[in-house]
Amino acid sequence: MAKAKETVSRTLLVALVLSIAFSVVVSTAAVLLRPAQVENQNLDIRSNILAAAGMLEPGASAEEIEETFSRFDVRLLDLDSGEYVEPQAVGVADPMKYDMYKAASNPELSTDIPASEDKAGIKRRPNVAKIFTLSENGELVRVVLPVHGYGLWSTLYGFISLEGDTNTIEGLGFYDHAETPGLGGEVDNPRWKKQWVGKEVYGDQLDEPQIKLVKGGVSSDAANKEHKVDALSGATLTSRGVEQLVNYWMGQRGYETYLKKLRQGEV
Amino acid sequence: MADATAKQVLFEPIFSNNPIALQILGICSALAVTTSMNVTLVMCAAVIAVTAFSNLAVSLVRAQIPGSIRIIVQMTIIASLVIVVDQLLKAYAYEISKQLSVFVGLIITNCIVMGRAEGFAMKNGPWLSFLDGIGNGMGYSVMLIFVAFFRELLGAGSLFGVTIMPVVNEGGWYIPNGLLLLPPSAFFIIGLAIWGLRTWKPEQVEDADFKMSRHTVKEAF
Repeated sequence: MAKAKETVSRTLLVALVLSIAFSVVVSTAAVLLRPAQVENQNLDIRSNILAAAGMLEPGASAEEIEETFSRFDVRLLDLDSGEYVEPQAVGVADPMKYDMYKAASNPELSTDIPASEDKAGIKRRPNVAKIFTLSENGELVRVVLPVHGYGLWSTLYGFISLEGDTNTIEGLGFYDHAETPGLGGEVDNPRWKKQWVGKEVYGDQLDEPQIKLVKGGVSSDAANKEHKVDALSGATLTSRGVEQLVNYWMGQRGYETYLKKLRQGEV
Repeated sequence: MADATAKQVLFEPIFSNNPIALQILGICSALAVTTSMNVTLVMCAAVIAVTAFSNLAVSLVRAQIPGSIRIIVQMTIIASLVIVVDQLLKAYAYEISKQLSVFVGLIITNCIVMGRAEGFAMKNGPWLSFLDGIGNGMGYSVMLIFVAFFRELLGAGSLFGVTIMPVVNEGGWYIPNGLLLLPPSAFFIIGLAIWGLRTWKPEQVEDADFKMSRHTVKEAF
């Protein structure tokens, strides 16, 4: 018995049969569960966008999220020219399918950021961003822009939502990061995020982004308090990362060109 | 081993032969996934399912497995089951699977699963092996839940995401202990748990490897 088990041909046979059997199990599971997984991922992205825009009701069902999200227009935006582009320009049929973070590693769809300008610590920037706009009665009321940048341990990925004046912040939220729980991880704290609401990105001239994270809280009589947000306690580097990534993406290399055109009604 | 009863096989691993506390296996994931109770419970369910079904599968084919490739065969079975579990979580518990991220995949390398397949399922019938898998999975779970209870309660002031002690950052009174949210804190909790367990069941205390001899060298004063 023991001998018969140990021959080379038998060993190969057992290996082959087991491999085939388990490949069938694994691939069946993968194929059958795929639709549910894709749905989850889509729902996740949509709820992140709504959360940044402050439009996510706690405990909202999948249909409600889908319903609210469908009011948004998904647009692809050329960051340098500040103009919308057709999805075909980046090789997709549906703008929702475009992944700007994947594009950032494709040399044809992205550009190197010179080290002196790389405030957000992201090294490469996609040429085209995927943004979300909400219009009511033909008037722009919200624009949700993806932002990302380096904190202390990790790249923070999130969305910033601006009001129709393209200056007042309506919300900022990160959906993916690995900052220290309890310290930098407090970027997810709803109380901290609430402070961002109503802050203004640009100064009176609407040219340079002015956001600052300050230590010790923002008192009600502080100068330029409309640009200042209380930094996270015990998380100097995460706070600096957030400040710089917001200023980078709101600046010349980010969405500024687009936002200017938007204000002047050129796009 | 052959005369082990179903009851013994199922319940011994929980306290008397706990895979984490006595065998010191599976520590890696015990550090990584115990920051909150919800995540921990899902991880426990995943590990119980994988140990139980891999033991069952290994035991069913144990007479056919040639000795020269038995470890590879066990790995194939375990890896397939882990992938299936991972896919199921992604489909039906997406939020939690995001938090568990790579640790579901790492169940493959969890020493408990492999240890039971090689140590028990290769020698015992399918039913007993299945129970042994559940038992060891539960032993692992008891320990993880114990660790997660203290980490979430003292580190974040909540249990299952429900606030028990409102923390200062949210306007409460409790200053959370940030260390407990970091992986090393699990070492302390596991260490204390092992201490407690061995005080309760002194037969688990290992014999000393060596004895300190008296200090004999005369100091130069």
